[in-house]
Amino acid sequence: MTALQKKDHNPVAHLTREDIESLGRELDAVRASVVESRGTSDAAYIRRVIKTQRTLELGSRALLLASRWKPAFVVGTIGLTVSKVLENMEIGHNVMHGQWDWMRDPKIHSTTWEWDNASPADLWKHSHNELHHTYTNVLGRDNDLGYGIMRVDEDQKWHPVYLGQPVWNFVNACFFEYGIAAYDLELGKYFAGRKDKAVFKRDATKVVNKIRQQATKDYVVHPALALLTGSARRTLLANYTANLGRNLWTHSVIMCGHFPEGVETFTKTSIDGETRGDWYLRQMLGSANIRGTKAMHIATGNLSYQIEHHLFPDLPSNRYAEIAPQVRDLCERYGLPYVTGSLPRQVASAWGKVIRLSLPNHLAARLKRPTRRTQVEPTALPSRLREPTAA
Amino acid sequence: MALSAASVFTAPRHPQDFLQLVNPLSSARQLRGVVTSVTPECSGSVTIAFRPGRGWHAHEAGQYARIGVEIDGVRQWRSYSLSAPAGQDPAITVTAVGRVSRHLVESTRVGDVLFLAPPQGDFLLPTGPRPLLMLTAGSGITPVMSMIRTLVPRRPDADVVLIHSARTPQDALFRAELATLAADHDGLHVAHRYTATDGRIDFTSPADLDALCPDWRSRKAYVCGPAELLDDASQMWHDHHVADALSVERFETALLTDAGAGGRVVFEKSDKEAVADGSTTLLEAGEDAGVLMPHGCRMGICRSCLVPLRAGQIKDLRTGETHADEGELIQTCISAPCGTVHLDV
Repeated sequence: MTALQKKDHNPVAHLTREDIESLGRELDAVRASVVESRGTSDAAYIRRVIKTQRTLELGSRALLLASRWKPAFVVGTIGLTVSKVLENMEIGHNVMHGQWDWMRDPKIHSTTWEWDNASPADLWKHSHNELHHTYTNVLGRDNDLGYGIMRVDEDQKWHPVYLGQPVWNFVNACFFEYGIAAYDLELGKYFAGRKDKAVFKRDATKVVNKIRQQATKDYVVHPALALLTGSARRTLLANYTANLGRNLWTHSVIMCGHFPEGVETFTKTSIDGETRGDWYLRQMLGSANIRGTKAMHIATGNLSYQIEHHLFPDLPSNRYAEIAPQVRDLCERYGLPYVTGSLPRQVASAWGKVIRLSLPNHLAARLKRPTRRTQVEPTALPSRLREPTAA
Repeated sequence: MALSAASVFTAPRHPQDFLQLVNPLSSARQLRGVVTSVTPECSGSVTIAFRPGRGWHAHEAGQYARIGVEIDGVRQWRSYSLSAPAGQDPAITVTAVGRVSRHLVESTRVGDVLFLAPPQGDFLLPTGPRPLLMLTAGSGITPVMSMIRTLVPRRPDADVVLIHSARTPQDALFRAELATLAADHDGLHVAHRYTATDGRIDFTSPADLDALCPDWRSRKAYVCGPAELLDDASQMWHDHHVADALSVERFETALLTDAGAGGRVVFEKSDKEAVADGSTTLLEAGEDAGVLMPHGCRMGICRSCLVPLRAGQIKDLRTGETHADEGELIQTCISAPCGTVHLDV
């Protein structure tokens, strides 16, 4: 069923059809338990995060008006960076996933939300929610797999151009929001002549307007206002730094989601006739988590629970932490890898892969490859549990 | 205007999103009101008065407003008649029947914030002075109470007869206030009908009504209460060729419970899907799926819930009629799917 067969191992070979469907039912039950218990405290959580972010943004921007004074500059810049991270990750990404649609609050709803990012909400929702989350890690279908500019799997064909990918990856990290906008615009597809011109033109206008709107705010009007207090130059620098910081952070988080060693990829044909159980299996094997503190989880928009997020993209992010142990336990019982690690380790692993796969496979194979592919012994596989035990 | 211009500082947020950190009533984009008093009425009813924020306009006697509250984190909207007289801060009188009403009765405290939609409705007093007959039952008295409170103390020439049905004297809303008003003003006559002891007003012949209000045929009449009362009264006024003199305010609509329909509903713009049985309206199905459905009275009157039908067939749960024209505007609050339905929302 997967591209896994070609590799040196197949993490699902021990699963029968019955096991996979049973896995699907168990995960459906996990989802149902959260849906059933969504309520007042969850609504209060997202409102609290939004309020905190807005207060932080307002306070930081006010402080930057005094950024002539260095401590105000430092604190204001840090505050604005954190505010932008929160706005994009725990709020924007998750609201646009529809995680909070159940509240029926038109102001916190996937169809009305817009975020502080170069990519307009509707384009992002299409390429992210519809394409990436549907075709997660399917070679040739999921463009998030290297964003169309990098090779992050042995099964992606090598070309000399990939030798430079560690450099591009870094450049992409610095300008990540523009990278996302270009990506959501399907720039590559357009230049390859595979995107309708009228649609492209319409989308490009949206992107340009959005970039202009955001850049005007950060790089023109706020610095201009700070002219009054003689803090214009530092306000400009603070806005640039905050955007850069947010870009580097979000890029790191996103890389950790699907690029670390141990994450699987799938072939186009492998998803034909996929059942609910197969789909869950692909989402689990195609994602990786990050271990860390509660603050880190919130700063990643709970994408540190990437596995749980990919299983249930529209469950409220504050609930992933509570279901993670259940998903992990399920992985143990079914003998499936649950890829996780600390932030530095996962970032290093993802970068290691970007560097290693810039080389053709035969050269890449000579590099020492971190092995995290220990076959896990299933502890309670349904199909085996039914087998009679020898007396 | 100035605020819109200020959005260059706050994009993509609106400046009001930040102002709201300080004053929750400041947003005209989501009308809200602060509860100023909660007064218990008889048998499990309360009157909730509130001070509306920006975007509200003064109500006329007899109008209703949509009130939104959050129950278990989910915003729920219902329509309530305003019982306060015109010219005063609005108030609703709620009886604890149904989930939202029960929540309002049991959980509302002074200082709570309610979500609001501006008052609407054409159940209004006549523009010129006329003798009036008000025929109400149960909580159907609320819009009429607003009319009486507006008219009687201010107009010496008022001539109002109120016939209000309640199960027992203890269940009769506003009984003491009505008695005082009637004692102070010649222009108001109140007759109570206690159905537990006297039975309901019999509309099969005019005898009951003739006894309660002999000149009912020459009065401009208003009827508000349960569907049966409205139907009976409408029939009566129709049979006596004075149908034009009757204004009806519906509080509920009887929907078919087993229409034999049901099916999959695709909400195209929202990219969501739901499966609804034959007695679940498209509005309810959409709301449960997290779609932001436009809605108003929720009983097929105000047409705020209209959504274009893209494909498929729907059934009107009031009449059993089906509609299947592409592009037709569907009242989602009283329609159920017949098979797969695509909606442009």
